[in-house]
Amino acid sequence: MSKVAIIGVGQSSFVRGYPGSIRELAFEAYTEAMNDAELSNEQIGATIVCSAPEYDKQRSPAGVIAEYCGLNPQPTFYTESLCCSSTTGLRLAHAMVSGGMHESVMVLGFQKMSEITSAESQERMGRGADIQWESPFGTMMPAYYAMFAQGYLSQYGASEEDLALIRVKAATYGQLNERAVYRKPVELAQCLSADPVASPLKVFDCCANADGSSCIIVAGEDKVKQWGIKQPVWIKGIGSASAPVNLALRESFSSFAAATEAGRQAYAMAGIGPRDIDVAEVHDCFTIAEMLAYEDLGFAPRGGGPELIRAKQTYKDGSIPVNVDGGLLSKGHPIGATGGSQIRTIVLQLRGKAGDIQVKNPEFGLVHNMGGVGIYGNVVILGS
Amino acid sequence: MSGHKKPEADRRFARFGTVSFTATSKVNDFIDYLEDGQVCGTKCRTCGAVFFPPRAQCFKCRDQAAIEWFQVSGSGKLATFSELKYAPTGFGGDLPYAIAVLDMGEYKLFGRIGYVPLDEVRVGMELVPQAHQLPDGQIIYVFNRP
Repeated sequence: MSKVAIIGVGQSSFVRGYPGSIRELAFEAYTEAMNDAELSNEQIGATIVCSAPEYDKQRSPAGVIAEYCGLNPQPTFYTESLCCSSTTGLRLAHAMVSGGMHESVMVLGFQKMSEITSAESQERMGRGADIQWESPFGTMMPAYYAMFAQGYLSQYGASEEDLALIRVKAATYGQLNERAVYRKPVELAQCLSADPVASPLKVFDCCANADGSSCIIVAGEDKVKQWGIKQPVWIKGIGSASAPVNLALRESFSSFAAATEAGRQAYAMAGIGPRDIDVAEVHDCFTIAEMLAYEDLGFAPRGGGPELIRAKQTYKDGSIPVNVDGGLLSKGHPIGATGGSQIRTIVLQLRGKAGDIQVKNPEFGLVHNMGGVGIYGNVVILGS
Repeated sequence: MSGHKKPEADRRFARFGTVSFTATSKVNDFIDYLEDGQVCGTKCRTCGAVFFPPRAQCFKCRDQAAIEWFQVSGSGKLATFSELKYAPTGFGGDLPYAIAVLDMGEYKLFGRIGYVPLDEVRVGMELVPQAHQLPDGQIIYVFNRP
């Protein structure tokens, strides 16, 4: 397999109620990534558009967005894997470039969640699980993750305060991120006394819906040289896995098998281990999701996640900085754009261009992006 | 007889749960068993695989599969649960309620806690799945104390 680099990254601000249409939203990330890579449209071989279609009134958004960004007549594809759609897009782009199908591919993720009402959104999100055998009991996303929180706390004797510490960290950095939807500080006591949503999760354990877009441009080694790309960031490892949708078919309620397996593949491909990772972005749609990620990715042993956050080891100056851009908890979670936003953060870190949140001389960065309640898992390891 | 009459659709599964999102399934007999007070899974006689939720097709044996129903019996251990304070559209009248996974050993059930006070629910407690008729004619199963 030939080497594949990320040569351009872009992201819109993540906001509540974007004042424009989906094509205009997608254009913002496209523009930033193209300027970043200093490319013209003719140099893009294909686009992969990523979103969760149940939020869109537009049917088959790939065509509209490719047209609006001036990317005809190149082929455009559409991919969906719930909340990890854009890292799935990245995996497909990696395969196309490393396999020689295209010399460069753009991965353009977006979600305008405000296209529909909040009640509609909650109902549709719940349908990202098993609609035949689970939904008739009255399920919703926070309750599913809450079942993992309950499973985890019961198994390891961790506390709701351990989960709240993760939100406090997210808010610490979210305040610094101009593109985050939630930029206020959050105190521990405030987390613990917040209204319950689905036990044991409370309001501050949950991320917010947002509108946003992200764009990642990848190219093969030849083009990186030919085009004089100054700071390519290489895809060192890329892993992907799935797990049963219905929770009745899961082995564990204190880990995600799809994340563990995707991580194993990514580490093996990169030829490194968890200790080699200098900075990580993990899928913290809920505080418990970040706690599970610490352990699924090997940053902490099983049951060791609480100790990691209590000791602030996942803060910027800790042993393994995690989500120092505020994570989904602060940035917001525009489904189709989320993975690309995580990738962008790590690319900026590896280039040494992450500003206030820059960690010291990172060599390897990791992105962990999950779809549904651990149904789909993508882990990407990047290196400078 | 016209001979062109469309066969009537078997929509029994539309009765499953407070709100069903599926009307027609190859395992619609599940609803009749529930009506008789039985929570049933399926088994493939060819390979011995046990399925809950039940299914009428076996991915190991494909067209060689021989699927039969069995009754879920005995008690299981509560693997996890969550009590909801908000509900999705159509479930508001059920609040507060808890969804849960019951581990029967050989298989697990995703469902809802029945008549157990929610402040007494604990991971690891023993519960039994039971068929449960809802006032509007819908039918479901819930987990109760043995």
